[in-house]
Amino acid sequence: MPPRSQLWLLAALALAGVVSAFSGRLDSYVLDVAMGVGINIVLAVSLNLINGFTGQFSLGHAGFMAVGAYTSAMLTTTLGTKLGGSPALLQWVLFPASLLLGGLLAALAGLAVGAPSLRLKGDYLAIVTLGFGEIIKVVLQNVDAVGGARGLIGVPAYTDLFWTFGAAAVTVYAVWGLLNSAYGRGFLAVADDEVAAEAMGLDTTRYKITAFVVGSFFAGVAGGLYAHLKGYLNPGGFDFNKSIEIVVMVILGGMGRHVGVIIAAVLLGVLSETLRSFGDYRMIIYSLLLIVLMLTRPQGLFIWPLWKKKST
Amino acid sequence: MKPTFQLPRRGFLAVLATAIALATGCKPSGESGGGAAGTGTIKIGEFASLTGTEAAFGQSSHKGTQLAIEEINQSGGLLGRKLEHLTEDNRSTAGESATIVKKFISREKVVAVLGEVASGRSLEAGPICQAAGIPMVSPSSTNPKVTEIGDHVFRVCFIDPFQGKLLADFAKRTLKARKVAILSDVSAPYSVGLADFFRQRFIAEGGEVVVEQKYASKDKDFRAQLTAIKAAAPDAIFVPGYYTEAGLIVAQARQLGLAVPLFGGDGWEAPELIQIAGEALQGTYYSTHYSPEAKSTEVRSFVKAFQARFNGETPDAMAALGYDSAMVLADAIKRAGSTDGSKVRDALAATKDFPCVTGKTTLDASRNATKAAVIITVKDGKFSYLETVEP
Repeated sequence: MPPRSQLWLLAALALAGVVSAFSGRLDSYVLDVAMGVGINIVLAVSLNLINGFTGQFSLGHAGFMAVGAYTSAMLTTTLGTKLGGSPALLQWVLFPASLLLGGLLAALAGLAVGAPSLRLKGDYLAIVTLGFGEIIKVVLQNVDAVGGARGLIGVPAYTDLFWTFGAAAVTVYAVWGLLNSAYGRGFLAVADDEVAAEAMGLDTTRYKITAFVVGSFFAGVAGGLYAHLKGYLNPGGFDFNKSIEIVVMVILGGMGRHVGVIIAAVLLGVLSETLRSFGDYRMIIYSLLLIVLMLTRPQGLFIWPLWKKKST
Repeated sequence: MKPTFQLPRRGFLAVLATAIALATGCKPSGESGGGAAGTGTIKIGEFASLTGTEAAFGQSSHKGTQLAIEEINQSGGLLGRKLEHLTEDNRSTAGESATIVKKFISREKVVAVLGEVASGRSLEAGPICQAAGIPMVSPSSTNPKVTEIGDHVFRVCFIDPFQGKLLADFAKRTLKARKVAILSDVSAPYSVGLADFFRQRFIAEGGEVVVEQKYASKDKDFRAQLTAIKAAAPDAIFVPGYYTEAGLIVAQARQLGLAVPLFGGDGWEAPELIQIAGEALQGTYYSTHYSPEAKSTEVRSFVKAFQARFNGETPDAMAALGYDSAMVLADAIKRAGSTDGSKVRDALAATKDFPCVTGKTTLDASRNATKAAVIITVKDGKFSYLETVEP
């Protein structure tokens, strides 16, 4: 990995900090959409590691997001009042700790789901992850301690531009760094031809599980950010449709492409809000746009250069 | 392969460019007009489930609100200013209401927020209104937690504890039931809450809940639960869910030969219920906020105006509550003599015996409405008024 990449990460973090410092000038609607976009990037890039680069098909990203969201929200709501302390202190110490814990628990869930099912080949993973996502949702609906179907109320609003775009930068850095390491080339080998990769002595199952666990970790972090952005969690928000939304970002951006997926995450986050002026026809136009985009650019929207076919 | 790995740098650029664009390009707009300035229109923001799973409720409620605001504007508006009604759809999904309400408050500078039917979405929007000091009036979110958010969140409907208690009394007195089965929707806060309050009251009154079964929204087959219920031989079955599932449950219960009465809460209230279950609804009951057949002058003039405005459609309870929410808010703005958030809030809190379509409404200390409820039964494929229950 070239040393310049660390510089890029630092620059991105610094910029997120600077922009965040001036975020008081923005109205809360723009901030909400911008942070939603940041969370989208974390989700899309982490799913891209699983679905794009490693060639697996996960439909349960919203489930891992839910694990992270509820874990971190429970931590800040229960510990936040007990610890006391100033809101700033809680936001800078407790909140990142809760994001990390949310990510770790999501990664653990990823390991639990991935370890048995990733030994399988083909479409089985899609079905297993789909099932997992639904199980998480139903479990959350039935656990009174986290509000059950009514939802979890009173999550403090700790998420700001710095945390969302900081997390987005770290996610991009981590996924990119992992893929560009000597070890990481194995992910692409698994995606290209699993049998050939195995013949070359790669432990393909291990690669798949690694991708899955790392992807789940960042999905959990994104969930934590989401919880502290919206201030309220409802299990219904982490259903199958949410997973599909993330899959759409990855496919639209071009499976296994870095920039395309990021642009798609930004585009879809902003698009559904800008289309509000169409009123009742909003979702029809949104869906039509997706159909047209997929028909005209099946290789992904943002493949560089734009006029060239996907080379791999 | 090489080009792929040069892309990440542009990836960072894309993130940065977006952040910059968002930070610099989108300055707050709409600072002129509206707000507390005293000129221009008075903006009211309504967030609603216009599409998605609760669209039937959302659309009804929206039409009622629309009618109320049009009527107010025709009679000259409020404080010498016209009302401007802004509506945004949240697709019946979690996450969107927060964004919409932030848009209303920071962009549009609304005076107050109206919404929502579903408690889950009101719980999401409420804290944002509370933090911004903007009053919010929910037309028909019945979960108790909604108004517990804070002193800026109100509702014009009765709440689940009242409805649960009322249904328990109804089951005991009118249905003469001693043994009741409950079939509730675990994925809906509304259903779980209503089941709890019903159970408490019914058992306290000497009744017995012989079996409790559960389902989740969007389920289609309830035969397993109904068979278990049939085995327990209850006198009546309580189904505190929404109309889609309730309709299917009623139809399947009759197919399985369960002839006992089925009853539910205001979640049953939708014309779709009859489309789904048809003849099977004979001998079913539900409690709701209002009946278009009631004789009061408010109800008659509302039904007439609604039918004239929306091609002869008969307004349901959600439409009546949507109408009432806007009317109660307008009355508060008029009494406050100001569009200032805290003054409107104080005026809302002081609402007493306001003549609503859904009955005389008083907002109590916990910002909930105390008012009468009606019991509706289904006769020959039509909703028919049975009785009014005072609080």
